[in-house]
Amino acid sequence: MEVRLGPIATIPEGEGRTYRVGDERIAVFRSRDGNLFATQASCPHRGAPLADGLFGGATLICPLHALKFDLRTGTAQNSDCTLRTFPARLDASGHILITLND
Amino acid sequence: MASKQKLVVIGNGMAGARAVEEILARGGADQFEITMFGDEPYGNYNRILLSEVLNGSHDAADIFLNPLSWYADNGVKLHAGVRVEKIERRARQVIGQNGEMEPYDQLIIATGSVPFIPPIEGLYGADGSYKPGVFVFRSLDDCNRITEYAMNKRAAAVIGGGLLGLEAARGLQNFSLAVNVIQRGNALMSQQLDSPAAAILRTTLEQLGIAVHVDKNTSHIIGSERVEGLQFSDGSKLDCELVVIAAGIKANSAIAARAGLAVERGIVVDNHLRTDDPRIFAVGECVQHRGQVYGLVAPLWEQAKVLADQLTGTNPDSAYHGSKIATKLKVMGVEVASMGIIDPAHEGDEVVQFTEAKKGTYKKLIIRDGRLVGSILLGDISKAPYLAQAYERNTPVPEERLSLLFDIGAPSEATSVETMPGEMQVCNCNGVTKDKISLCVKQGKRSLKTVMESTRAGMGCGACKALVSQVIEWACGGATEEDPSAHYFVPGVPLAQPELVAKIRERKLKSVSAVFGELAGGVEDPASKPGLASLLSTLWAGDYIDERDARFINDRVHANIQKDGTFSVIPQMPGGVTSPAQLRRIADVAEKYRVPLVKLTGGQRIDLLGVKREDLPNVWRDLGMPSGSAYGKRYRTCKSCVGVEFCRFGLGDSMGLAQKVEQRFQGLDAPGKLKLATAGCPRNCSEALCKDIGAVAVEGGRWELYVGGAAGAHIRKGDLLCTLDSQEDVLKIAGRFMQFYREHARYLERTYAFVPRIGIEKVRAIVVDDSEGIADLLDEAMQRSVDAYKDPWLEGDAPATSHQFTETLSIVQ
Ligand code: SRM
Ligand SMILES: Cc1cc2nc3c(=O)[nH]c(=O)nc-3n(C[C@H](O)[C@H](O)[C@H](O)COP(=O)(O)OP(=O)(O)OC[C@H]3O[C@@H](n4cnc5c(N)ncnc54)[C@H](O)[C@@H]3O)c2cc1C
Ligand code: SF4
Ligand code: FES
Repeated sequence: MEVRLGPIATIPEGEGRTYRVGDERIAVFRSRDGNLFATQASCPHRGAPLADGLFGGATLICPLHALKFDLRTGTAQNSDCTLRTFPARLDASGHILITLND
Repeated sequence: MASKQKLVVIGNGMAGARAVEEILARGGADQFEITMFGDEPYGNYNRILLSEVLNGSHDAADIFLNPLSWYADNGVKLHAGVRVEKIERRARQVIGQNGEMEPYDQLIIATGSVPFIPPIEGLYGADGSYKPGVFVFRSLDDCNRITEYAMNKRAAAVIGGGLLGLEAARGLQNFSLAVNVIQRGNALMSQQLDSPAAAILRTTLEQLGIAVHVDKNTSHIIGSERVEGLQFSDGSKLDCELVVIAAGIKANSAIAARAGLAVERGIVVDNHLRTDDPRIFAVGECVQHRGQVYGLVAPLWEQAKVLADQLTGTNPDSAYHGSKIATKLKVMGVEVASMGIIDPAHEGDEVVQFTEAKKGTYKKLIIRDGRLVGSILLGDISKAPYLAQAYERNTPVPEERLSLLFDIGAPSEATSVETMPGEMQVCNCNGVTKDKISLCVKQGKRSLKTVMESTRAGMGCGACKALVSQVIEWACGGATEEDPSAHYFVPGVPLAQPELVAKIRERKLKSVSAVFGELAGGVEDPASKPGLASLLSTLWAGDYIDERDARFINDRVHANIQKDGTFSVIPQMPGGVTSPAQLRRIADVAEKYRVPLVKLTGGQRIDLLGVKREDLPNVWRDLGMPSGSAYGKRYRTCKSCVGVEFCRFGLGDSMGLAQKVEQRFQGLDAPGKLKLATAGCPRNCSEALCKDIGAVAVEGGRWELYVGGAAGAHIRKGDLLCTLDSQEDVLKIAGRFMQFYREHARYLERTYAFVPRIGIEKVRAIVVDDSEGIADLLDEAMQRSVDAYKDPWLEGDAPATSHQFTETLSIVQ
């Protein structure tokens, strides 16, 4: 199922924001080189708000205990934790579209 | 495609194999067809661990670094068990013992060392080989031969009381026979120890059941068929059935000499490890560089890197400049560390010494011009990592010499790495055990940085970093690697701080993304962002282009993130001084926003914990107080005591000064946190002596200024920088010191590490006496930063980014 979240301008370049989609919370990241990533919103380690992490390229560092995630795959570099990831893209009018796997 | 060059390596030991690994790591497989010759019929193994094999604590199979399959997997052709007899330079080929011929375009000689055999009669049997019972100790085969022969023997002797001899003696103890060590001079390990240390070591060894014979020159070996004893030149004798000769090593350079290459004590090479034939390189113990021949592994790791950089052309600037080595070893369970000179050599060399012979502890330091030029540690070597670093990097050592010998105040690391149980937690913040670190090393991570990254050990409070390094070193048998990025200002931009600052200024890079774009090939490293942001803000003050994604979350929302994703709010309260009106307002805010916890902090102010992100702007507005900057790497607080106005001992107005300090430096970015305090008298109720900067009022209206103090994860008393006449001077010199720190410290380096690294004398010369003529520049730069300050809490009413304070967005269709 594809969901339209709203205009890309909502997310500053190089940062992430958390969206509520039904009863799910999804973190969406907008990289400075023009990519979009979407993942589960809270860290599988101790539940940190992932959208608050430091982010660059496709790497995200969790704000609480610095687990490092690859946003393309959801795998963590320094632990066994894995994130659920969702395909994300922009539509013609510059709105964010994510695909939820049901 | 151009055909590959032929690279031949003679010697498949620690240096030869490492050089090939380094070459492969630089993509060398595309450039070279690699062929290796090894006299020993195995893959490469860790020679250092031979004594563990001899004493039975390691299996021979466990010490292989590159098993035979490694060569096949990496496309390296190995002639195992084939000695090279000849190098034919004109024909550019080498000839193996059975006539194997390999042509080369480039040749590496890595033949190591051979045992030095002193002139002793009766060493050899009729067939010219060693008489049964005579052994050397260099290879796995030597080890196996000794093991086989030692069974059911009663007594053994080791000729040579140096490092290698003692290692051999330790191994032999495993065979329940009497072990004797024969030393020609009067002291053990004379390369590494002075005579008091040697005497202590000797007593310790004797207690462990080893007989040590000093001043004994072995003249011949008794026994016609096999070894039956030793005869010494003073007429005395010793019964034994087995002799291990460990009297030293000499570079194995004969093959190079025969080929006409320059050979002195070893094969002579230049800073690129090249011999006098441009096609021939040499590496490892067979090499002589700038007159030095090395007998330990650390230098050969460095050499192998340079060699690989040069051969593959990946870094033509790379050069080997010689190694300063600190040795750390365990002799029969006794820990020994030694570096540099062992006795004072110049007039004015300062010696600091501690002896507790009964416990087998000895510590000695030799200091020249404030820097460590030599050290011996015996028994307790917990300070070795620190000292080795100070020695290798030639950094100034703290004035307080006692702290160089002992950990004062901090909990001691009583456990030695080796005896530490595997499940013991090394990093108490992230729960990383010794086993986990060993495993990571086994998987190929050999530097502190790579191990930290993959285990997160040392990434909490950081207090365990030294121990983590020790465990890594232990786990790879001393063969640690230094990650080049350890010297970078931030890991993601390959430049040390001075070069980085120069490039940023030269190219006028004012934002973090500009730095990545110009200096890191456009690759963003998120972990490097806050460090760069801090540096840029220091360098450009008001002209800095502040990209919010470069900030840690605390600095995006100006509050401290809590474990549940809420935030804590600490308003300014300069000098810890408040008022009933302020307290009432805080109380009202706490009630209105249902703040779960109100707490007095260790920094003399009030913390409202558990505030929801959405409430932050309103909380700030209702408080009507400026931010206390209790987050981020910056100026934090200035604590104070009541001082002259109320206290019967007060000599100066500590409260007033603290308020002025806070007014001036509030929110100032820095490489690390800056925590200050002022005290009204030397009783120091506000703990000014252990702050980054502390001002203490003394009799006569003057102020003592201390810098580099700490009482967090690390405890250190600040160094007295100077004594000043007025509060204005305190503000001025404290500010100048802060600016100097801001411009020169490494990212996250607190003043307690920075001041000892630079040396308080040098800090004083620059900051107080203006020895470099930069005082005015520092003062002006500080003023610009002070002028550029804006209270971040004003952003509550004018957010800097979209949805800066929104926790969860709803979908906008
Ligand atoms: C709130 C406070 C504890 C308290 O309830 O009293 C506190 C709380 C934290 N301290 Fe602290 N420190 C507090 C005073 C101190 C003090 C005492 C002082 O400032 O006089 C010290 C020792 C002095 C020093 O730093 O030299 C102190 C040494 C540390 C350290 C160790 C730094 C070091 O290099 O030794 C850390 C860890 C770090 O910086 O990486 C730390 C880190 C932290 C952090 C920020 C942990 C973090 O990264 O999130 C804590 C935030 C808790 C939270 O939920 O908000 N805190 N911390 C204190 C706030 C003081 C203030 O008003 O600003
Ligand atoms: C028992 C023991 C304990 C040690 N303990 C420590 C320690 O604790 N710490 C430390 O730093 N160092 C220690 N060392 C020293 C360390 O092992 C050496 O510094 C290191 O092995 C040197 O590496 P290399 O490659 O130069 O020589 P080697 O490792 O000796 O390798 C040279 C190889 O070349 C082969 N070779 C020689 N000539 C030819 C030829 N003509 N053709 C083909 N092959 C040839 C040899 O057979 C050998 O395999 C110890 C050494 C020994 C023997
Ligand atoms: S407040 Fe300081 S000492 Fe207490 S748990 Fe947090 S970091 Fe540790
Ligand atoms: S909550 Fe993400 S690393 Fe701990």
